Amino acid sequence: MWRISADLRCFSVDLLLNNYMHKLLAIAHNTFKETIRDRILYNILIFSILLIAFSHFLIALDIGGDEKIVVDLSLACISIFGVLIAIFIGIGLVYKEIEKRTIYTILSKPVSRPVFLLGKYLGLLMTLLVNVAIMTAVMYAVLAFTRRGIDLSILKAVFLIYIELMLITAISFFFSSFTTPTMAAIFSLSFFIIGHVTETLEVLGQKSGVASVKYLTSGIYHVLPDLNYFNIRAEIVHSLPVTIKQIWFSAMYGVFYIAIFYFLAIMIFSRKDFK
Amino acid sequence: MPAAIKIEGLNKIFRVGFWGRRFEAVKDLDFEVGAGELFGFLGPNGAGKTTTIKMIMGLLYPTRGQAWILGKNSRDVAIRARVGYLPESPYFYDHLKGAEFLDFYGKLFAIPAPKRRKKIGELLELVGITRAADLPLRKYSKGMLQRIGLAQALINDPELIVLDEPMTGLDPVGRREIRDIILKLKQEGKTVFFSTHILPDVEMICDRIAILNQGRLVNIGPLGSLLSPRVKYYEISFSGLAGEKLKDLSAWVSNILQDGALTRARVEKEDDKDRIISWILKEKGRVDSVLSHRESLEEYFLGQVDINNADKRG
Repeated sequence: MWRISADLRCFSVDLLLNNYMHKLLAIAHNTFKETIRDRILYNILIFSILLIAFSHFLIALDIGGDEKIVVDLSLACISIFGVLIAIFIGIGLVYKEIEKRTIYTILSKPVSRPVFLLGKYLGLLMTLLVNVAIMTAVMYAVLAFTRRGIDLSILKAVFLIYIELMLITAISFFFSSFTTPTMAAIFSLSFFIIGHVTETLEVLGQKSGVASVKYLTSGIYHVLPDLNYFNIRAEIVHSLPVTIKQIWFSAMYGVFYIAIFYFLAIMIFSRKDFK
Repeated sequence: MPAAIKIEGLNKIFRVGFWGRRFEAVKDLDFEVGAGELFGFLGPNGAGKTTTIKMIMGLLYPTRGQAWILGKNSRDVAIRARVGYLPESPYFYDHLKGAEFLDFYGKLFAIPAPKRRKKIGELLELVGITRAADLPLRKYSKGMLQRIGLAQALINDPELIVLDEPMTGLDPVGRREIRDIILKLKQEGKTVFFSTHILPDVEMICDRIAILNQGRLVNIGPLGSLLSPRVKYYEISFSGLAGEKLKDLSAWVSNILQDGALTRARVEKEDDKDRIISWILKEKGRVDSVLSHRESLEEYFLGQVDINNADKRG
């Protein structure tokens, strides 16, 4: 406990001295430069761009024959491929620093472990932002090709997808702070899947009538983040109303869980011995 | 002025293997390094040198005991602004170019940009890789990486410099250059603490040394006081004498070596040395050289490690 409190104290001293920003941004910028060169990123990005562009041809097959399918498929691409990037790059970032021993020189500088972790996190978020922006731009280009006028309300869905990606990145950082990249990838993916079905699980649990199952599913629902809060794709595709209040609530819900996972990751990371 | 490094009852136990077997890497270590000292940290491979250094730098947490740097606990992040560190066989972000790499480390100290640029130029020149400033690190040779590693350790103009095996991977010219840089740092009043197993380097430059073996401190002190100043033996090389005459000599000198026309005789006492020289001259031979052998650091080091290992077994 002493180590964690000492580290958090250093972190707050950093904050007060106000020079932490330099370090944080330096680490984030370097991480951005590092991740933007990752081959996984380009494979995923090219694949998703092709899919989004291809959705244009699906309009012909769609019974309704309108651009809804473009929006639906594009948002699904942004979400799923974003999650893949968040997990597969997220799990390796800190692990690689330890494995390649680059972390020795960073942590021997006046950089506290929480600042290091936050810097790496922000760096990957920047990369994700660029990716989401590119995919969104491609989607709008396809839409512009199929119809006139730009529907900015789609950005609400993109915004919440980005919050979800921030949360998934925090989760993959948390898992990678104590386990191998493969295990961390499995855990993070499971988390993503469970996060999207907790609500259904709870409903099923209530219906089952078995007390233990009921408690278990309701426990999962209340402890783990419900990722459906970030999914307003159906509403956006079918032009149903989504209030700003609803979006802010979902965003705050996401930030709350990000803070929890970041804190847990620091607790583990601060105790780590770099052999 | 507080000690540059102070180690108090430092212990590190690792858990190894599936069953978590205890492995004591460092045992009850106590020593101090004074400000401005050039301190050599010696020991065979696996002696616990790197483990100790990592505890000093806050990368490993001691199981027991504490390490202090410049009067502050080694866990204090802020104190690292005044320390430079080069890890053993360092690895760096290989996508960065030499100058970019140093710039990144400069930012970690929040050094303002103009000062950073100036310092980077100076450091690249100091370690002799100015020409490679725009080359990505993945194209650097091992020696160049070692040099840029030393440069990053000096980016903040540190008071205390901790170097883990700085000479490893360097050719003799590179070693001499690094040695010169270390001496220059000492002249600037900085404290340099470095681990090595390349003994001649230590012998040439260190004020004090500590010898570590199997996690324990075997000995510590100034080189002069550790090594006996007494001459161990004299070696007289001479020529122009052969056959029967040499037989006469072997009657009172046991250690004689014939190497072509040259003969080498080894004696321990100064009187014997003088007697042999006058005998050679009397017999019309020619004295080529007379060498006096004092104990070298290498002999001392091996001796200490052997005694220590024998004690453990006994």
